[in-house]
Amino acid sequence: MNTILETVDLKRTFGAVVAASNINIKIGAGEVLGVIGSNGAGKTTFVNMVTGYLEPSSGQILFHGESITGKKTRDITRLGICRSFQIPQLFMELTVIDNIIIALTVAREVKPSMLKPTINKEIFDEAMDILRRFQIDQYAESEVGVLAQGIRKLIDIAMATVGDPELLFLDEPTSGVSADEKMQIMDVLISALKSTKTAVLFIEHDMEIIEKFAPRVIAFYEGTVLADGDAADVLENEKVREFVIGKEFHRQAETEQQGGIA
Amino acid sequence: MLTAVAILIDGLGFAAWLFLSSVGLTLIYGVMRILNIAHGGFYALGAYSSAWAIGLYMQTGSSVAFTYLLIPLMAIVVGLVAGLIIERGILRFMYGRDEVLMVLVTYAIFLILEDATKLIWGTESLVAYQPAYYLGNIEIFGIPYTVYKFALIGLAVLCGAVLWWGLNRTTTGKLLLVVIEDREVSSALGINVTLFFSATFVIGTTLGALGGAVTAPQISVVPGIGAEVIVMAFAVIVIGGMGSIGGAIIGAIFVGFARAVSVHLYPPAELFSIYLVMAAVLAIKPYGLFSLAQGRKI
Amino acid sequence: MMNLDRTEKLLLAGIPILILLGFVLPEWVVNYIQVSLGTGLVALAVMIQMRAGLVSFGQGLYFCIGGYAAGMAGKFMGVSDIFILLIIGMLVSLFMAFIAGFLLRRYREIFFAMLSLALSMILYGLLSKLEVLGSTDGFNIPSPTYLGWAPEGDTAKHALYIATCIPALLCAALLNRYLRSPMGFIGEALRENEIRLEYLGTSAHRAVHIKYMIAATVSGLGGVLWALALGHVDPEMTNWTTSGQFVFISILSGVGNIVAPLFGTFILEIVRVYAVEASPNTWQMILGVIMLLTIIFLPKGLWSLIQRKKASAEETTQK
Repeated sequence: MNTILETVDLKRTFGAVVAASNINIKIGAGEVLGVIGSNGAGKTTFVNMVTGYLEPSSGQILFHGESITGKKTRDITRLGICRSFQIPQLFMELTVIDNIIIALTVAREVKPSMLKPTINKEIFDEAMDILRRFQIDQYAESEVGVLAQGIRKLIDIAMATVGDPELLFLDEPTSGVSADEKMQIMDVLISALKSTKTAVLFIEHDMEIIEKFAPRVIAFYEGTVLADGDAADVLENEKVREFVIGKEFHRQAETEQQGGIA
Repeated sequence: MLTAVAILIDGLGFAAWLFLSSVGLTLIYGVMRILNIAHGGFYALGAYSSAWAIGLYMQTGSSVAFTYLLIPLMAIVVGLVAGLIIERGILRFMYGRDEVLMVLVTYAIFLILEDATKLIWGTESLVAYQPAYYLGNIEIFGIPYTVYKFALIGLAVLCGAVLWWGLNRTTTGKLLLVVIEDREVSSALGINVTLFFSATFVIGTTLGALGGAVTAPQISVVPGIGAEVIVMAFAVIVIGGMGSIGGAIIGAIFVGFARAVSVHLYPPAELFSIYLVMAAVLAIKPYGLFSLAQGRKI
Repeated sequence: MMNLDRTEKLLLAGIPILILLGFVLPEWVVNYIQVSLGTGLVALAVMIQMRAGLVSFGQGLYFCIGGYAAGMAGKFMGVSDIFILLIIGMLVSLFMAFIAGFLLRRYREIFFAMLSLALSMILYGLLSKLEVLGSTDGFNIPSPTYLGWAPEGDTAKHALYIATCIPALLCAALLNRYLRSPMGFIGEALRENEIRLEYLGTSAHRAVHIKYMIAATVSGLGGVLWALALGHVDPEMTNWTTSGQFVFISILSGVGNIVAPLFGTFILEIVRVYAVEASPNTWQMILGVIMLLTIIFLPKGLWSLIQRKKASAEETTQK
């Protein structure tokens, strides 16, 4: 495996609370992996640390063997590590196409021009291509604020991919989306990402999605990595079943029951 | 030595005045998240109404003693009448809107209040020196001070104590702290948030008006005092951290002493020393000395 | 190609038109145009910051710095050439904003508003006490010269008017250009979501700083033009109530178009004369009421009204 990212004993505390500790993860080029774990297990903290939003309390983050620990988010983005968000982070009052155009412009120009007009035919076409790839081109001229959560999620992910990142983190790409839309969204975005050589790590609560899309799975529990390996192995792991999946299945059964009564 | 004592007494005097003039602003911000520029307007209304009432009363030739009741009375009238009109008539339709927008809204209200004051009392200056004069002077190390100044220091301490007690030792105060913490949860708990907001605004504006009313006997009341006081009040509450009563006390002391020091050592710096302190504090602690940490965003 | 859009063409075409109008219109109207081009630029500066969600309640700071810098260059160094005065005013404003920007770029929303106000009041406090600069009275500024040419009487008035129109409208056109540029778009994005901007790979702080410096330079230019038009500067230029009026204009005109604040300033100047004459103590009240009504009913300013009309007209023609 050609490792692009490696974390060494990564740890983060908030006061007395240990949000993450002993995180040792390697990610290979072009790999697709799923991350599971209940809320507060440290998944997002991990992503926040690697992308420079949070500084680790201790430990190292290596990208292509070089330390990026403590670097600023924007510099890490420029190196080729991008992410999407659990709650989409978009320019809500702007149109979808303008969101993508801003993303493209920033990705292209390290020192953005102040006098050259932003919008020209090339960049517009390019932005439309991206929207088409994520199958949201019909919303191009809509204001983001009026669109449904599922579409916002796709815009959020599309914006994360404009700079052709080498490594992409997707933080719960299907959360807040209705059950029947989940698979559809995953299909769209995995096929959109397939054409690139991007390594993708996605955080997901739905085990069906994990089974279908993630060849490798990492399970988080109380801030540490409980298991890491082939999807089949991790999902069969006893501890994982007890601490991570058990709850999930339980919760799912409950919702199904409620659905049945209604 | 003499200068040091003078700075101490003047600093306390300024601090008391600043606290009285700004505590209503921080209270309203703390509870309602409205940075109320119109506060300056209420200050001016308080000053004018008390100077005017004292003037009318003194014409009857009665004892000055009663004017000390007249001053808070006029402040309460201003707070109840003008405060309620503005809260019920304008602000309540805008609750929950962006904080910056509320600044603009209250700026508009400030402009309206400025002219309302001029329409009621004209543009001539009003003087009501009697309450300050009546208490006489005392000499400290040979420097004469009005007793009224010390009375104001006492009043500021009293106001601070009452507010602290009201917020921390009464049921209503504790409910108010809940409202501050989470508006939605408290209304789900059955707390009448609207009533709390109205009451807070009235109390806040009454305090603003009181600041003006107690100042009136020491100055000549002229148009434009509201615009002057509001920036000073901002400086005070920003230094301590907006929305905190304790912060307002600290801010008032900082600014009060900065002003006293410059008045005695380098008078030309009097006005800008205040903002210099504010800018300096903000450069070091961006959100004031008593600000709370911000929560996770993503 | 220059790639001019409609607003830029309008502004550039406006230069000769305004200059010609200067010879045709009655003198008092021309005076108001000239004065409001100066203050209008400051309103523009407030407006471009408002597009990024930043409300500056202290833009008078750079209006004043520009005016005083030009005035002091004349008073102490004997500079009277208008080109040098304009450059001095802008450079000093730019420099001060570069320094202050390191502090202000860390703040948003009400903190930005309050801190910008505090900075402008520091200067106010300073100038009010500086006797060498006339304290609260300020000081007078002599008529400028033009590369050695020193006109007198009516010629001087026309020359100054022309020398005001050209830089003011050019500056507005450049600002429009800036708003359309990637940096301008980033400014827009700043208002909406800074986290995303950082994750796209650019610095939100730097974008704020740049915007702040541009706004300051434009305000400095406005200050010089205004000071030359009136032949006088005083500390009121940096009082927060002056800054409040700039905020008022940009609220009223909205952030939709560069021309709106310039035009809005002119209308306001004219209306003010009559309103103050008719009833001196209700002018601010009128402003306050208009502002409240605008915020409540036209949150995007009067310009949105024009745009809405245009949009509905287009719809009807399409049908």
